[in-house]
Amino acid sequence: MVDVHKHDIIIVGGGAAGLRAAIAAVEADPQVSVALVSKVYPMRSHTVSAEGGAAAVARPDDSLEMHGYDTVKGSDFLGDQDVIEYFVEEAPKELTRLEHWGCPWSRNDDGSVATRAFGGMTTKRTWYASDKVGFHMLHSLFQHSMQFDRIVRYDERFVTQLLIEDDGIKGVSALDVRTGNIEVFQARAVILATGGGGKIFPFTTNGNIKTGDGMALAYRNGVPLKDMEFVQYHPTGLPGTGILITEATRGEGGHLINSEGERFLVAYDYGVGNKAELGPRDMISRAIIQEIEAGRGLPGTYGEYVHLDLRHLGEDKIMKRLPFVRELATTYVGVDPVTTPIPIRPVVHYMMGGVDTDIDGLTRVGGLFAAGETACVSLNGANRLGSNSLTECLVFGARAGQRAVALSKETSDGNDVALRKRGFEEQERIDTLRGKKKGGEKLSHVRREMTTSMERGCGVYRTQDTMDATVQEIAQLKGRFADIALQDDSRVFNTEIIAALELGNMLDVAEAVANSAAYRKESRGAHTRRDHPTRDDQNYLHHTLVHFDPAGPRIDTSQVRLGHWEPEERKY
Amino acid sequence: MSSEVKKTFVVTRFDPDRDEEPRTDRYEVPVQPDWKVLDALNYIKDEIDSTLAHRWSCRMAVCGSCGMQVDGKPKLTCKDSLANYGDTVTVEPLANFPVVRDLVVEFEGFMEKFKSVKPWIIRAKERAVEEGTHRQSPAELEAFKQFSMCINCMLCYSACPAVSNEPEFAGPAAIALGHRYNLDSRDEGDSERLAAMRDEGFVYACSYANECSEVCPKNVDPAAAVNQSKLLATMDWMKGLVLPRGGK
Ligand SMILES: Cc1cc2nc3c(=O)[nH]c(=O)nc-3n(C[C@H](O)[C@H](O)[C@H](O)COP(=O)(O)OP(=O)(O)OC[C@H]3O[C@@H](n4cnc5c(N)ncnc54)[C@H](O)[C@@H]3O)c2cc1C
Ligand code: FES
Repeated sequence: MVDVHKHDIIIVGGGAAGLRAAIAAVEADPQVSVALVSKVYPMRSHTVSAEGGAAAVARPDDSLEMHGYDTVKGSDFLGDQDVIEYFVEEAPKELTRLEHWGCPWSRNDDGSVATRAFGGMTTKRTWYASDKVGFHMLHSLFQHSMQFDRIVRYDERFVTQLLIEDDGIKGVSALDVRTGNIEVFQARAVILATGGGGKIFPFTTNGNIKTGDGMALAYRNGVPLKDMEFVQYHPTGLPGTGILITEATRGEGGHLINSEGERFLVAYDYGVGNKAELGPRDMISRAIIQEIEAGRGLPGTYGEYVHLDLRHLGEDKIMKRLPFVRELATTYVGVDPVTTPIPIRPVVHYMMGGVDTDIDGLTRVGGLFAAGETACVSLNGANRLGSNSLTECLVFGARAGQRAVALSKETSDGNDVALRKRGFEEQERIDTLRGKKKGGEKLSHVRREMTTSMERGCGVYRTQDTMDATVQEIAQLKGRFADIALQDDSRVFNTEIIAALELGNMLDVAEAVANSAAYRKESRGAHTRRDHPTRDDQNYLHHTLVHFDPAGPRIDTSQVRLGHWEPEERKY
Repeated sequence: MSSEVKKTFVVTRFDPDRDEEPRTDRYEVPVQPDWKVLDALNYIKDEIDSTLAHRWSCRMAVCGSCGMQVDGKPKLTCKDSLANYGDTVTVEPLANFPVVRDLVVEFEGFMEKFKSVKPWIIRAKERAVEEGTHRQSPAELEAFKQFSMCINCMLCYSACPAVSNEPEFAGPAAIALGHRYNLDSRDEGDSERLAAMRDEGFVYACSYANECSEVCPKNVDPAAAVNQSKLLATMDWMKGLVLPRGGK
């Protein structure tokens, strides 16, 4: 027996993008029935961990033009400019909606919403709720969504397959983690809002659930992944755990200091000009690595690091604006930032690339949308500006939700019998996999080798040799993965089989990242090559598309949509 | 890394397909000085016994997934330092919840209670986007802010004596959440919420044990929310005796 749930729209993922899409769908049509399918309870989604803020023009000294230009320049001219223009226009409306829905934005004395400075943004346009912005946004969205009975939640369901027929997607299959049963979800439009895949790297700000599932699902079903080589390293992660210390620390005036006690972004030329600590992330991460290579790092158990100094902000400001940073530094590295600088290292944080979509979030498979970090609508290009992505989840989550409703009216349901049959087959596949082999290689070991290889080949600085080696290693690991041991044969809350499915997805995403990186022979944004240190607009001002093929991935390209802003040298 | 020490973890195991009763497994784990309890569980899962089931994700004390009883007390395991414990550490699922498997508990009951406090902004007339944001002074924000900090980790339910005795009791986190919206200057739904709260047992089962506030890893004070809600619910009811419908 396979249970079948019928809805008009399925949204996979209960983070900021998925929840916003769900709300937009029921607002667009109060009759529509939405399934919100998520592998964790929505409030556990990794949006919860975002600290610093969400960008949207709010002040009289700011303009949509300025937000647009900052984003284009931040993207190293690889962002699509129609997408960026739409984004900056919708951003203030979306953050205002969230205010109406209860988000506890921090306030100025006159009761208006407060904004703070962020990297690569010319003026203060980052809305914040102290330093727990993602947490408050996620909980506000989730709580707001609870009033709509038409949003039917299926929590702790792990989506395993997209069910696609000739004229488009007709549903998904999902594993009910609690029972071990496969269920079929039937609908006429599906939105993937499954978040990023930072867990393909060993040292990351991403939580355990960020395994790129949606990217892998789309990839294996004929949708290319776009611009996957652009992996953002955040300059300030805690050594060991990789826990993020938000850029808001620098927005509020924090300094980066080397072992000589110098503010190295001011003392040396790293291209950030007088933006100093408020330069964009790609440049600051490179600066830190160069400081360490120049012998000006500090030695630590988990490799060398530099200091983030907040002492001059004073306890009052730290407690008011950055209380979570103080809690994290105290709990996880035993350092109170009020009295001591925080040790930090660049850490894998965000994937600019993702499922190739148009401005509506629609992919090339009929009815299949993607939004949020899992998508690449081409807002972020080669480097995302901090605080643009929470807003992106809202703007493009909402748009995908609305378009999915419209599209679901024009398409027909899938074939019941065929879909049920796919469900049975999937149940069989899962039952065979579960506890399939008692001896043999551990899944955790294959996973560790994958992450190590990705760091070696696709780190902050890259060269052809190291990337090619990683391409080879990931291909080999895919072979070894097919043969891993699985010990747990229980149907109930079997987290081992979930981890195995996630590793399968991560290997596909890793393959896409490594192959795209090896293809691009220039340096742009977060993709920095020692053997091709400059940007090459002549040959590489285009998006990279990587297509899945059982014989090995295939690369092609698509045009960047320029417009209002001409590419120029990116200097601050 | 150096200065490795070994600790023994006594972990509750339960698989409803196989076990009549929960049992325990013992694992010896080489722990690092900076490890949290969760690090040891993940070591067990990765290196010793991959059949262990536990929930976790953010490992930065904000997603609320990883609550368990450690040496008998409810803890957020990704925040709880192993240095606080002796050579033997017991890890059990949160108390006062049905167990799904091993260290994983059933949340569905809570999710219902959570929804029953109507945790969303209620207004007679919705504000249009064109009207811009509400004005809310820093003081008005402060009035509810701390009650909005709950991460739904459920440690308070595990510690609360009323939760185990009184099934109708909404429990600390749900009441704190309802209270958060009642105190929000943008909201006009307090009468609706307080009416629901007057249902038998909903807030009144609390026996002022204060355990909830003591175990909260985020310094929310749910006990204060419960007490204030009791008072408001009663006052709102009295107001209803005088006026046909209490206003704000
Ligand atoms: C530590 C940290 C701090 C950040 N700070 C900021 C910031 O200050 N400002 C900013 O703009 N951005 C920030 N970001 C980035 C931003 O938070 C994320 O890009 C954004 O929250 C992603 O949201 P999402 O909805 O796309 O995905 P997520 O919130 O990751 O949600 C993904 C959802 O998909 C579900 N899912 C995944 N796979 C499956 C599957 N197989 N089956 C079913 N469900 C599935 C999950 O359960 C989850 O509900 C930060 C990121 C991190 C890691
Ligand atoms: S893992 Fe998220 S709170 Fe502990």
